[in-house]
Amino acid sequence: MALLSNTATLLAKELRTEFRSRELLTTTVVFILVVLILFSFAISPTTEESREFGPGLLWLAILFAASLMLQPCFLREQANDTLSSLRLAVSDPFAIFLAKLIANTLFLLVTEILMLPLFAAFYNIPVLPQLHYLLLVLFLGSLGVSIAGTALSAISAQARMRELLLPLLLLPLLTPVLVVSATVSVSLLDREPVVQWKGIAFLAIFDFIFLTALWLFGEYLLEE
Amino acid sequence: MGKRIVFGVAAVLLVVAAAYANFFVAPTERTMGLIQRIFYFHAATAWAGETTLFVCFVANLLYIWKRNPKYDWLGVTCAEVGLVCITVVLITGPIWAHPVWGIWWTWDARLTSTFVLWLLYISYLLLRSLIEEPDRRALLSALFGVFAFLDVPLVFFSIRWWRTQHPAPVIMGGSGSGLDPTMNRVFFFNVFVMHLFAAFLIVERYILEKMRHDVDLLQREAEAQ
Amino acid sequence: MAFLTLPPTGLRFDNIDKRYGGLYALRRVSLEVSPGECLVLAGRNGSGKTTLLRIAARIVRPTAGKLSFPGSSSEADTNGRPGYVAHTTMVYDELTAEENLVLFAKLQNVPQPATRAEELLREVGLYDRRSSAVRTFSRGMRQRIAIARALIHRPSVLLFDEPATGLDPIGISWLAKTLGDVHRSGCTVVMSLHGESEISSLATRAIQLDAGSVVADTSSGASLRSILSFGGA
Repeated sequence: MALLSNTATLLAKELRTEFRSRELLTTTVVFILVVLILFSFAISPTTEESREFGPGLLWLAILFAASLMLQPCFLREQANDTLSSLRLAVSDPFAIFLAKLIANTLFLLVTEILMLPLFAAFYNIPVLPQLHYLLLVLFLGSLGVSIAGTALSAISAQARMRELLLPLLLLPLLTPVLVVSATVSVSLLDREPVVQWKGIAFLAIFDFIFLTALWLFGEYLLEE
Repeated sequence: MGKRIVFGVAAVLLVVAAAYANFFVAPTERTMGLIQRIFYFHAATAWAGETTLFVCFVANLLYIWKRNPKYDWLGVTCAEVGLVCITVVLITGPIWAHPVWGIWWTWDARLTSTFVLWLLYISYLLLRSLIEEPDRRALLSALFGVFAFLDVPLVFFSIRWWRTQHPAPVIMGGSGSGLDPTMNRVFFFNVFVMHLFAAFLIVERYILEKMRHDVDLLQREAEAQ
Repeated sequence: MAFLTLPPTGLRFDNIDKRYGGLYALRRVSLEVSPGECLVLAGRNGSGKTTLLRIAARIVRPTAGKLSFPGSSSEADTNGRPGYVAHTTMVYDELTAEENLVLFAKLQNVPQPATRAEELLREVGLYDRRSSAVRTFSRGMRQRIAIARALIHRPSVLLFDEPATGLDPIGISWLAKTLGDVHRSGCTVVMSLHGESEISSLATRAIQLDAGSVVADTSSGASLRSILSFGGA
């Protein structure tokens, strides 16, 4: 199908561009690290409190980092008006969004996986026992962040003060993802871990709703 | 013009009537006393705000579909009026809560989603102020408006289902749940009045937006010469 | 230029309006471009030339009116799409010339994308620099990669917005020869120009735009020279 092959081609381009410069990944990793460290300076939790607050802080750090990482998403297509040549070339404009949101999800996931050992160390929370479920939550949450973030970055790229605008648009919108991901992560990393399947389903539903909205309205986001 | 004045005067008079009803017609509530009377106004404004923002959502969808500037004017109008309603709700809520429960705020589902709603529509207006070209501004803000509105039920349920660790007083749970008949009548009178007043504000603001658009057009035409 | 014979395709603008916030960029433009024509659009800055080309490229939606391509094959995926060259390269600076062309070839379902990319790189004289990032290219080279990108899918219509901008005389000669080759192989060419040059001599027809309307047309007797110097009305 043309949509899938276009998406694959564009995804390969996004990944190739990033792995050549690695600028998004490095800055995002460092940013999350800094935020996590600053949190523990501000709060200095006890070990028990770490277990309760840590995951929430991790998700907060991920959200902040994402709202910065997603800035260049459509901005870089403005430099040489490549957005126009892409729109000319693809059969379905949704392919552009799909490729970008998959790439963004992958970048976030790579960042999170790199951060996990440090997170476990700083906050004294063993993450290995529930790793597979934790990765599932990280995946679904990051997917939600990417879908909303990619859509909104297409909007903010066309406005002034876009560096401040994107976080302002994105963070309130992602409240459900923050609440649910954090809560599910806390109960996963508890001394007696519990897998909240309702929460995981909720994240999947959030992802589905916004992906559908992006599919329906995506071409208007790119219009001139 | 005459009709607008009549409408406006009627709306204001009705608000005064509603205030009278709140203080003198409704019986005093058993446990909460005088302060409870603010509930009629608070809850009715919340309903009016929600209706207004729903109209905003519909206007956004219609703009994306039809591209008629009138839908854009309706959208920004409803967003502003809705935002005013929500602001009133967020202010009157704590005013009521503090004497009764001793707290200014709680993170229950209704309050939190109301606050996030407030943030989303502030962002909507901010977005509009940062895009200069009218057609682009209309389309992009309509698209954001649609995303924001789709988010609202998700926010509500995420808080309702996952933030119930602290037992929270249900601040707005009282509406309709076994209310005294007179209270019920007063409440629905308030709902009617607040909707009417919101409609009045919407009409006035819409006319203002249309005039703003016409002036802007003349200005651009003059500059293009 | 190694072009296959294309199904000759024209362009038709039917009462095209384009408004930006109430101001008209194009006003009731109706124009029929015959297959195989080489049409020059002339006019002052702001007369609507770029808007008309972007609408023809289908990057911009007209506020009113219809655009069609009489004679085009029904598969809108390949030849049906016009090639479009503008002021920017519309390729990725951080990718190499070859990577860019292969990307756009794959997106448009061009068969054997790598071979086609190589072919085009040779045609535009960039084969030696195929593995260099476009970021390192000079102005003339940037235009050549832009042309290669526009032609990668063998379009039957080529749209060119102010091709001669920023080129030295050698660049202009090369461009005139290339455009001539493209035109001779059956492609319909529409380009916007300022003034007379080697490139304008390729024109089979010229029209002048002013404030969004067509004010002069060589096919109704106006002279090419006066249109090109914006005095055609």
